[in-house]
Amino acid sequence: MANIQAMCTSFKVELLTGTHAFGTAPTRATTAADSFKAALFLTSATINATTTVYNSTGEVSGTNYTAGGISTGAFNAPTSTSTTAFTQPTASLTFGSSGSPLTLSTAFDCVLIYNSSQGNKAVSVHTFSSQTITAGVFTLTLPTNDSTNALLRIA
Amino acid sequence: MITTTKGLMDEALLKKREGVIDNDDEYIAWVEYWHDNELVHRSAHVILKKMPSMGGSIASF
Repeated sequence: MANIQAMCTSFKVELLTGTHAFGTAPTRATTAADSFKAALFLTSATINATTTVYNSTGEVSGTNYTAGGISTGAFNAPTSTSTTAFTQPTASLTFGSSGSPLTLSTAFDCVLIYNSSQGNKAVSVHTFSSQTITAGVFTLTLPTNDSTNALLRIA
Repeated sequence: MITTTKGLMDEALLKKREGVIDNDDEYIAWVEYWHDNELVHRSAHVILKKMPSMGGSIASF
């Protein structure tokens, strides 16, 4: 046997469940998972690693798009494979529908995932090739929920 | 029937254009419908393939 220094994999998973607090933590009224939302941003916006909270500046606007975006729905229970913890929403993110078609005339290329239960604090930024939507639907299908592809991974 | 800026329209009346962007990070399929040289419908489906991970590190004493 030998001792090997490491960041414990269980700790990485527990970061995703809010188990540890090294600083002052928000008071939680429940042990349930927080609610998260996804908002789309224009190519001209400045959303990146320094983004701390959702703000409508630079967000898309158009028919059948509500500022703040859509709920992501539930996330998969955080887990780990090897030494990587990971999670992501359980379902694709769909903006608009055939009954409520979306029109976003100005190009956008970014989705911000944020925590609507905790003051809209930012979680992650994901970019893609710029798009516009005309009386249609915009769907974001997530990668495979595993240690090498999931939307949120702590390696 | 296709949802358009002019309401539901018969697909037969429209000109359809499709395209794909496929690279290491994403696969995007889009479809457009045109009527008299006017874009009346555009939808896009983005498949995110892989996101960068958040790295963790620790220090030695």
